[in-house]
Amino acid sequence: MQLLEGSGVTRHFGGLAAVSDVDFALGRGEVVGLIGPNGAGKTTLFNLISGVLVPESGTIRLQGESIGGLKPQAICRRGLARTFQSVRVFPHLPADANIQLAALFGRPGWISVGEAERETAELLEFVGLTGVRAVPAKDLKLPVQKRLEVARALATKPQLLLLDELMAGLNPTEVAEAMELVTRIRGRGVTLFLIEHVMKAIMGVCDRIIVLHHGKKIAEGTPQEIATSRTVIDVYLGE
Amino acid sequence: MRTRGVSLKKIAGAVLLGVGVALLASLTLYASTYTVILVTSILMYVILAMSWAMFSGPTGYISLAPAAFFGMGIYTAAVLGLKLPLGMVILIAGLGSFCLALLVGALTLRLKGIYFVIFTVGLVELIKNLVLWYEVTFTGTRGRFVIPADNNTIYHIMLAILVALLLTAYLIRRSRFGLALQSIGEDELAAAHVGVNVNPLKTIVFAVSAIFMGAAGAIMATRWSYIDPYIAFNPLVSFMAVLMAIFGGLGQFYGPILGAVIMAYLEEMLITRFPYHYMLIFGLVLVATIVYLPGGLVGLAPKLRNWMARVRRATPGG
Repeated sequence: MQLLEGSGVTRHFGGLAAVSDVDFALGRGEVVGLIGPNGAGKTTLFNLISGVLVPESGTIRLQGESIGGLKPQAICRRGLARTFQSVRVFPHLPADANIQLAALFGRPGWISVGEAERETAELLEFVGLTGVRAVPAKDLKLPVQKRLEVARALATKPQLLLLDELMAGLNPTEVAEAMELVTRIRGRGVTLFLIEHVMKAIMGVCDRIIVLHHGKKIAEGTPQEIATSRTVIDVYLGE
Repeated sequence: MRTRGVSLKKIAGAVLLGVGVALLASLTLYASTYTVILVTSILMYVILAMSWAMFSGPTGYISLAPAAFFGMGIYTAAVLGLKLPLGMVILIAGLGSFCLALLVGALTLRLKGIYFVIFTVGLVELIKNLVLWYEVTFTGTRGRFVIPADNNTIYHIMLAILVALLLTAYLIRRSRFGLALQSIGEDELAAAHVGVNVNPLKTIVFAVSAIFMGAAGAIMATRWSYIDPYIAFNPLVSFMAVLMAIFGGLGQFYGPILGAVIMAYLEEMLITRFPYHYMLIFGLVLVATIVYLPGGLVGLAPKLRNWMARVRRATPGG
């Protein structure tokens, strides 16, 4: 059984098919990339998976159970967490409260405040934010906010983590650090599905890549296959 | 929740609160009737401002419905006052307002921003006219008499409601649900994505805050002794609650208390001393506060501290 499985997932905005008849599957422990030109429907697909939007047709299954139409909070407690394209940390809450909240509410069972605090400390350490734990999230720099958002998502103990453009807006050093973070998240046994525009990054960390164009899946394969695919090159270079 | 452990400041706060409550509880022993009545109405405003801030402060959902829940309490006292003991009437008023708020919250807390505000204004008008229609059609009268209670009883019940409210608000604020409410105010979608059950949580806290408004309405009705829909569902009650809370400042727990006490006292003082200019002066004070202290009165403390530090630096050896 696949961890996440979608078949025939479709969603229109007015007359525009934002996501159209897309099939995908992620196995446990995989790192899968989702690429495509601007407006290809990548973020819409993430919104359909995380419960922001409801698919018009098609099914999405997490650990074999259908999650189409469930609310984000219910999907989160079933083991799926995400980050957002434009960072959505809680601006006036300190870094540690951002994470602690997710630890307290993001899981199926009840956890004590003490336990949540311990896990918060561990995650702050994991993303390298221990030094700024008491700083309100809005006062942190963008790369640091992104790390905080990742830590907050991890605090819900996800099986699967969706990362929406983790590396956008980062300089080369920060991209390298983000790639290293992705590898370490994988080391925790979390399956990853990531949208990325930074090709070097996506080719380096992914086992498999899915390519969307005008809402349709046009290619899927290993980074090697994608890099040499005629269709993908046509879409990106417009030949 | 963020600063755990017992600090000196917290102990001092608790002692101060204890002494304050003791002083207030024994007020009827040494103060004049006028003072007792004045403090009763101040306490009523503190209850309204504080219970409003309990929900609207962290979530940022501006509710103008306090008048609806307050009026619900007033009518509970008018209808049941003859049949049941006062304590029961107050409890039922709180429960009634809780149920009304639960229903309203479940229906409307999906609305965001200005739409929610408009709905809550409409709610007060709707209930007022519904009650008016019922009274005129079925009872054939417009108003009702309420069995009056004596001033000291009213005062003590009002104080008891306030203490229960402060305790509830404090416990919610420092619990995990307080943090979750704050996260809803910061970014509702992100809150849902970390597992916060946003709609049920909003609805329940909204309803809990209405309990105290309803209870305050029920006891206040026994002082007014005659009520009609225009008195009971007066939109000014909502505005006063919101103004007082914002005047005091939503950043601190004690902000709405401070705002309500000062504003209610100011109103009483101005009415008695300057009956012709009171609205003018009252308005000026409000405008000045909003312009110079956007964080409310609680924003004054850090400003004062800065100013004191500057004065101390400017006078060496002083």
